[in-house]
Amino acid sequence: MNKQDTTYLDQLEAEAIHILREVAGQFEKPALLFSGGKDSITLVRLAEKAFRPGKFPFPLVHIDTGHNFPETITYRDKMIDRLGEKLIVGYVQDSIDQGKVIEQKGKNASRNALQTVTLLDTIAANKFDACIGGARRDEEKARAKERIFSVRDEFGQWDPKRQRPELWNVYNGKIHKGENVRVFPISNWTELDVWNYIRREEIELPSIYFAHQRDVITRNGQLMAAAEFLNMDEQDVIANKNVRFRTVGDMTCTAAVESDAFLIDDIIEEIKASKISERGARMDDKVSEAAMEDRKKGGYF
Amino acid sequence: MDLLKFFTAGSVDDGKSTLIGRLLFDSESILADQLEALQQSNRKNDDGTIDLAILTDGLKAEREQGITIDVAYKYFQTDNRKFIIADTPGHIQYTRNMVTGASNSNLAIILVDARNGVVEQTVRHSFIVSLLELKHVVVCVNKMDMVNYSQETFDNIHKAYSEIASKLHLNEVTYIPVSALKGDNVVNVSVNMPWYTGKSLLDHLETIEVNEDEKSPQARMPVQWVIRPQTDELHDYRGYAGRVSSGSFHVNDKVTILPSGVRSEISRIETFGQDQQEIHSGMSVTLHLKDNVDISRGDILVNSSHEPIVSQLIEADLCWMDTKPLDDSIMYLVQHNSKQTKCKIREMLHKVNINTLEKIPADTFQLNDIGRVVIKTADALAFDLYHENKQNGGAILIDSRTNLTVGALMFRASVE
Repeated sequence: MNKQDTTYLDQLEAEAIHILREVAGQFEKPALLFSGGKDSITLVRLAEKAFRPGKFPFPLVHIDTGHNFPETITYRDKMIDRLGEKLIVGYVQDSIDQGKVIEQKGKNASRNALQTVTLLDTIAANKFDACIGGARRDEEKARAKERIFSVRDEFGQWDPKRQRPELWNVYNGKIHKGENVRVFPISNWTELDVWNYIRREEIELPSIYFAHQRDVITRNGQLMAAAEFLNMDEQDVIANKNVRFRTVGDMTCTAAVESDAFLIDDIIEEIKASKISERGARMDDKVSEAAMEDRKKGGYF
Repeated sequence: MDLLKFFTAGSVDDGKSTLIGRLLFDSESILADQLEALQQSNRKNDDGTIDLAILTDGLKAEREQGITIDVAYKYFQTDNRKFIIADTPGHIQYTRNMVTGASNSNLAIILVDARNGVVEQTVRHSFIVSLLELKHVVVCVNKMDMVNYSQETFDNIHKAYSEIASKLHLNEVTYIPVSALKGDNVVNVSVNMPWYTGKSLLDHLETIEVNEDEKSPQARMPVQWVIRPQTDELHDYRGYAGRVSSGSFHVNDKVTILPSGVRSEISRIETFGQDQQEIHSGMSVTLHLKDNVDISRGDILVNSSHEPIVSQLIEADLCWMDTKPLDDSIMYLVQHNSKQTKCKIREMLHKVNINTLEKIPADTFQLNDIGRVVIKTADALAFDLYHENKQNGGAILIDSRTNLTVGALMFRASVE
């Protein structure tokens, strides 16, 4: 471990643990939203540090689009076994079957947008008053302005103009019935911070983060895993490449990058040298300059 | 590598967002796709170069109005430090946002337009810096390219600002002539101002020493959560979880639990399963005590050698942050660390005209008003004076009708 890296990682870690303990202290029914991605995996480690040897004061919640990478689900189930904590899964398929959302059609169809409805239903059904998520302010411009305690109205909406001031490290979690708070303990971390932390803590990750051989197709200039949900046609040419994923979302909207980074040290070097920021590999942000802000107002994380 | 949090104060026209954009751009902290989005955007400078301010103007309304209306956080790192920038709006109607940004920073950058010199808003921004007790101030005299990089202009502004600084007791002020637009003295030392022999802004930010809280003799840990596994093998485990807000704790230190006043000694300091002999400000820990005492969230553990003030009647500076004015006939909630209790505004002593620093009579507080009040709390608070200890000397006011954060309090004295 690089001694120079410890100080600022320790500071970020201490801040995140403080935030998690504030959630435990201020809310009746919090939940930790677990996506299987490296950021929520980091949150789980931080929760262990905040509450062990006690139990977590919240369950883990996973919104399953049904289009996950199988590696993510394997990882999730193994992790839950190790932790001995409760997992609640909300299925987008259920929302589709109930007619609450309509599956998109066409080539670029994705369930990514649909999961907001499933998430809001899961929050309502379990009466969660706080949902902890792994979003970071360095990911995107709209996120750069979001609070650590971000209040959502009963429709799950974020109102950037009505954000509460956050002073010192005092977090105001008071809400009205029906509202809930999204809490982002690693707001102040960058992608590189997360990776350095994962290396320092020797945290295991789903295998798709590391370089592996996979059949991919090229769409809109990005490499997508060749999966049955992708509505492929004869124009899509499948090629087998060494790739890895920088974020882990739904298979329909998470692009791969060509990579020979088989080990975490390789990944960190690759990111340091990288010229494409992390969300650049997410097709869902590309729609318009205000894409993320609009989705957040609608209840997305 | 450590962490420096700083905030920038300046008005819409001072080139504040451009300065931050320049720091990110010249330190190569902008990634390719962000740069591409930047280049595709329609906003350009008059000479056709990229408008770097777009990098920090996050929200739609801001893009439409071309102004910064909220606090935007930006991150970058060099080989020496990781930086968190709170980019705050400078217009008077966003005073509360500036107060928020300042509360979370160790250092302030105050921008002065070289063409206009020290103006009303420079005074206002500096007042906020002094109110929030930021120890380190950098005055960036910007747009030096517009005044032919004149040393005389810079010297005059330096002199004028020194008077404000001494009036506001800002003791550590560094002056740097820059052009955010052209890049002079932001990251790279300017060739256009050979008369300036100091450091570039980034060089200064990378090397300045900032860790006052750790040296404080006042050891404080607000209790956030009590860890009690209640399993067979950990039947007697009882850990007090919190973050040390100032000073240090050592095993065997005599501590006092406040507000009850009960005393004990630290038997064990735990960080995530590892035992420590001592723990410093900023770290999240679990403390164990020798005696079985009744402690819950909202209590604070302090070193018995330096106990804080315990009082229900407190004189404080108040910055009002809500559109609904202060109502001294209702009860508010005060949140001080992990403790919440009801309170009333007992007295409004005065307000400050933050452009002229004059004290004026106070009959109410409206959005962005700053002044001095006396509050009466339902439960006693164990606090320190804000100028000695920010974390334990600051608190927020919550309106229990709306649940909004309506005020920032900086404790100045106990009235009892």
